[in-house]
Amino acid sequence: MPSLSLQPPRCRFPKALRPLAGGVPGRAGPSPLHRAAIILAFLLVAAPALAAVGRPEDRLRDPALESRAQEIGRELRCMVCQNQSIEDSDADLARDLRRIVRERVAAGDDNAAVMRFIHDRYGDFVLLRPPFTPVTALLWAMPLIALGGGLAAILLRRRRPGASGIEPAPLTEAERRRLAELERGNGA
Amino acid sequence: MSETPAAAPRSRRWMLYAPLGLAAAGGAGFWAMLRGLQTGEYDPRGVPSALLGRAAPDFDLPELEGAGLPALSAADLRGPLPAPVLVNFWASWCVPCIVEHPQLMRLAREGVRILGINYKDRAADGAAFLQRHGNPFAKLGRDEPGRVAIDWGLYGVPETYLIDRQGLIRWRYAGPITPDTLDRDLRPLLRRYA
Repeated sequence: MPSLSLQPPRCRFPKALRPLAGGVPGRAGPSPLHRAAIILAFLLVAAPALAAVGRPEDRLRDPALESRAQEIGRELRCMVCQNQSIEDSDADLARDLRRIVRERVAAGDDNAAVMRFIHDRYGDFVLLRPPFTPVTALLWAMPLIALGGGLAAILLRRRRPGASGIEPAPLTEAERRRLAELERGNGA
Repeated sequence: MSETPAAAPRSRRWMLYAPLGLAAAGGAGFWAMLRGLQTGEYDPRGVPSALLGRAAPDFDLPELEGAGLPALSAADLRGPLPAPVLVNFWASWCVPCIVEHPQLMRLAREGVRILGINYKDRAADGAAFLQRHGNPFAKLGRDEPGRVAIDWGLYGVPETYLIDRQGLIRWRYAGPITPDTLDRDLRPLLRRYA
């Protein structure tokens, strides 16, 4: 069972989309206006993603350090809102982790050391870009496997002529006579 | 023209059934997944703890005022221990913790040593929770800032860790321990590490 709590996870969710995505009852598809509204909703939802979530007072005063902290934070998964980085998530835990990242950056840790600090506690899953290990090898190799499989399928089909599997039926005696007539040029 | 038109398709008839077979296999997999979700054996959001096989991180937590229980520090989890112990993160605001509580009470009555960490809670609320639902904890630390929890890799409450007699973390369970979890997972583990 997933870990639930009364404290709202506060994952960023495009709430504005929910009433629109369902469509208008009794209508086949979205009207142009409706469609425009959906696009607008997407744009509105995307806009805050460009800005950091963190409270201004949590940010580091040195812009260079703050941008490094954001760079690290964008690589770290929020364990509560699992498809968001800790920079994008409003969850309590993400805020705590943002603070820790900033503390370590301010204390002079380099990016790798900060990542290691979090990775030590939360494991591979916290890294949005998983490391290449025996466990994740299949994950990383999957695009190559899919591409190779597709290529192999194409080559196999190429090698066999008449791949459709249906040979045209031989001409009947009447057809052959008619063809010969046509070729002689006195058809019709 | 020795080959009859029907011969070629027949040799490739398996291709016709391949999608069916694939769909059947996919369906069986999906069914198993749903069943796992239902029984709680499979949790798509579940994440293995990075601390498995390691000693508990260092910490020294204050007591929860009003609970009347000794405070908790990492020294309580260092081996050798006479028996495996459980570390349970909980909070009074956490509804699944109420669901889990009877199981903790049962284990405590059976003599399992449970050490509690009260997570991001008001002291008065935490103490009132124990007053109302009973106290299963031998010791209780208060992690109001939630920093010790992060050292444990906690990502929600309740979370329960099993520490073996050498003081190594052997099991982490995120979510409430239900009677099912207790019988299926926890009891066998307690026996194994006893």
